Amino acid sequence: MHSFGYRANALLTFAITILAVMCGMASFSDNFNSPTPSAQVQVLNINWFQKQPNGNDEVSMTLNISADLQSLFTWNTKQVFVFLAAEYETPKNALNQISLWDGIIPSKEHAKFWIHTSNKYRFIDQGSNLRGKEYNLTMHWHVMPKTGKMFADKIVMPGYRLPEEYR
Amino acid sequence: MGWIGDTMDSIKSLQIRQVLTQAISLGMIVTSALIIWKALMCITGSESPVVVVLSGSMEPGFKRGDILFLHMSKDPIRAGEIVVFNVDGREIPIVHRVIKVHERQDTGEVEVLTKGDNNYGDDRLLYAHGQLWLQRHHIMGRAVGFLPYVGWVTIIMTEKPIIKYILIGALGLLVITSKD
Repeated sequence: MHSFGYRANALLTFAITILAVMCGMASFSDNFNSPTPSAQVQVLNINWFQKQPNGNDEVSMTLNISADLQSLFTWNTKQVFVFLAAEYETPKNALNQISLWDGIIPSKEHAKFWIHTSNKYRFIDQGSNLRGKEYNLTMHWHVMPKTGKMFADKIVMPGYRLPEEYR
Repeated sequence: MGWIGDTMDSIKSLQIRQVLTQAISLGMIVTSALIIWKALMCITGSESPVVVVLSGSMEPGFKRGDILFLHMSKDPIRAGEIVVFNVDGREIPIVHRVIKVHERQDTGEVEVLTKGDNNYGDDRLLYAHGQLWLQRHHIMGRAVGFLPYVGWVTIIMTEKPIIKYILIGALGLLVITSKD
């Protein structure tokens, strides 16, 4: 009854149960955080804008991104993955989402930032619909926890427009 | 020595009735594990509700040996989500983030492009030859939850099978010899 194996088993089971409950509570505590992040993006320049030989439009732009995501961080936050996507509708596609820039924020100290960058991933349409196209820039973030449930949300910034002519 | 002796004695003193009881309790353990797994499959709608991260391509978010919980709902796939997908001609599923989405106006079909957070370029090099986009049917699920380190158990067991056999043997012996 009170053999070594029996006691070791009881201790292990108890330890794992406590650990699981603590992980669950840590993840649950994230629900009490109500973040108030903010973001601004300016399109400083259209570097070039052309039609590829295969018929798809491609544009290169310079962006100025500033954001304050400090309120997303809690004690259960490992990192925040943040990215800026261009979102627009075309006759062919109901939704196009193209990531232009992304970054990993490792800690709260780095969560208030601004960056001056050209688009990190290529902004290519499926087809030739980008001339004069109105699009949204959306700042998305995915909160990766130390353990438990992942959270995601976004800020939509509407009212951007691409030029009418290739350049 | 005393412990081994006791164990041998208890094996020798087994009765048919007791053997049957043990076999049934062993069966119960195995079937309840199966029931939990299948129930998870039904709830999450994903053919493998839990996956172990095998590579470092999503570091520092997900490290090798971490466990991801998957969910496969009818919701459309959107940029930024972490999806698990199978590429034709590759056996091991890949866990990466969606960076581009094109959703058709008429059929609602999606074409997505993925990338590992820790990789320099996108995943077109990993896809089948000539494949530019992933479709819905490639995607097994999206990651919704995360548990660190636990997956090391399975990684160690698949890479060092001897440990698996020792563990299974020890557990089996424990079940056979336990008297409750």
